[in-house]
Amino acid sequence: MISPANTANITAATRDTATWEQGKVARTMKQTLRIYFNEAKAEFLIRMRLPGYVIPTILFPLMFYSLFGLSHSRAALAGTTVGAYLLASYGIFGVIAISLFAFGVGVAVERGQGWMQVKRASPMPRFAYFAAKIAMSMLFSLIMLLLLFALGIVAGHARMPFMAWVGLSGTLLLGVLPFAAMGLAVGYFAGPNSAPAICNILYLPMSFASGLWVPIQFLPNVVQRIALFLPPYHLSQLALDRIRGGFSTADWVHIAALNGFTLFFLALAAIGYRRDEGKTYG
Amino acid sequence: MTTQSYVAGYPQQTPPKVAAELCGVSKYYGEVSALNNVSFQIRRGELVSLLGANGAGKTTAVKLLLGLAAPNQGTIRIFGENPRSPGAKMRVGAMLQVAKVPETLRVREHIELFSCYYPNPLPLPTIVERTGIDGLENRLFGELSGGQKQRVLFALAICGDPDLLFLDEPTVGLDVDSRRTFWREIRAFVERGRSVLLTTHYLEEADALADQILVLNCGTIVAEGTPAKIKASVAGKTIRCSTLLSLDQLRVIAGVSSVRAQKGGVEILTSRAEVVLRELLAVDATVADIEIVSTGLEEAFLEITRREGAGNQNETKMEEVAL
Repeated sequence: MISPANTANITAATRDTATWEQGKVARTMKQTLRIYFNEAKAEFLIRMRLPGYVIPTILFPLMFYSLFGLSHSRAALAGTTVGAYLLASYGIFGVIAISLFAFGVGVAVERGQGWMQVKRASPMPRFAYFAAKIAMSMLFSLIMLLLLFALGIVAGHARMPFMAWVGLSGTLLLGVLPFAAMGLAVGYFAGPNSAPAICNILYLPMSFASGLWVPIQFLPNVVQRIALFLPPYHLSQLALDRIRGGFSTADWVHIAALNGFTLFFLALAAIGYRRDEGKTYG
Repeated sequence: MTTQSYVAGYPQQTPPKVAAELCGVSKYYGEVSALNNVSFQIRRGELVSLLGANGAGKTTAVKLLLGLAAPNQGTIRIFGENPRSPGAKMRVGAMLQVAKVPETLRVREHIELFSCYYPNPLPLPTIVERTGIDGLENRLFGELSGGQKQRVLFALAICGDPDLLFLDEPTVGLDVDSRRTFWREIRAFVERGRSVLLTTHYLEEADALADQILVLNCGTIVAEGTPAKIKASVAGKTIRCSTLLSLDQLRVIAGVSSVRAQKGGVEILTSRAEVVLRELLAVDATVADIEIVSTGLEEAFLEITRREGAGNQNETKMEEVAL
């Protein structure tokens, strides 16, 4: 590949040799943080402009709360009122949709249709891709929760101490993590076309059996027992305890269970990731 | 391919004028060999074109050079570094074949995001000017036409002011006008002293742009050199005519390098057109519709891959893995 023609080209090159020959190009901490911020911002803008994502994740929780939470909002239920109880249920319902679909469908599509490869060819830090999706999911969840809570206060007669609101919001926002992990596992195993169906198959029955539609105490015994193995059940129990106030020993069990689910799905995702690496990077 | 550049101290002492280097690289997908002992260099200010049919291994080569796949054998260096190292990645831009790009992000937002990955990105107005996307900055990616989308992907590839650019079949699906404009932009990039690896199956494209052409067939480099050298390495002229002679009878005429049947007659490749023609007219008085043309790159390419293909028939052809 060495020819006089190339040498001529090199001589004609206008770029200064110093830049060309310099070795490693380092990035400052500030630049790295900016990448993470911009990546999350782009991820947020992408989802925000997709009606297919915004409607089920933000409008559905508000709609279901209006349908089921407003008519008997003051009635007592499980140590609180229907109006407050259902804020936790439909809040979680929204949080699951936001994180499960962002990761499950997002990763499957971007992986299956080449966009992830463009990202990986670029010098983007590898973790920024995932961090952006987590940040976006939390921001989206926060927006959905603020709207839902406003509706609960104005029309659902939901009343609780300020710290209970904070505790409930914090619990639900952290609740993004197990479902993000679950979505990640789906995203690495499912193709771009099957991922939405798989996410729905997980999402709706899991939400029902965990007592997000009909409170868990009204569900058959069998379902109550199954619920012990479903992450939304543990998240909702944890959230209800924030509404009722106080911290019970059962909460530690729920926290441990949620951590266990998260690790389990991350391990599953890691297997899928390795399999994918073997295919494209092996 | 000069082999002496690989001796003595490789890879530590890779000369800085080499932007990218593959040395004895093989890549298998299971039983299928996608690349077979491939070596080449891309030097500063040089545009190297990988030319080959679908499945020849072009995209595999690009993936290996980008660190998206690891070779089973051989070494790959980008500016003397591992292609997966951040140092290498920050000096490289890539335009890959991608089925779907997030459509609800504006062009400006896409470019600003990719720009921030690089330590010294080009200013947005410069990127817009160099890729001819002015007026599109505030459009959503999904609203763009096919040609406009390609331009934006090109913008994402050059926004970090890379020293080395990978273009994987960049003009697929573009009309003639857009393709010519695109070529101008690629040439301007090389004239600034940067290096480019361009894969294409448009022979005209490689001819128009490349300093060096590598013809890839079934994962092996079957020819390499300047476009002129590639053309010269095969028969110089093509004779088209209708004749009563069979292909086998034509093949034995002295000076004929290959023959193939064509609509309405035959096509004879030869380096000695006059000799062949005289013999042809002598043997078959009915020869008609004679046409003699210089072998274009298209014929040269087909000739090279066919010649090599005859020896490699039992080798499995591999579908280019879609990204």
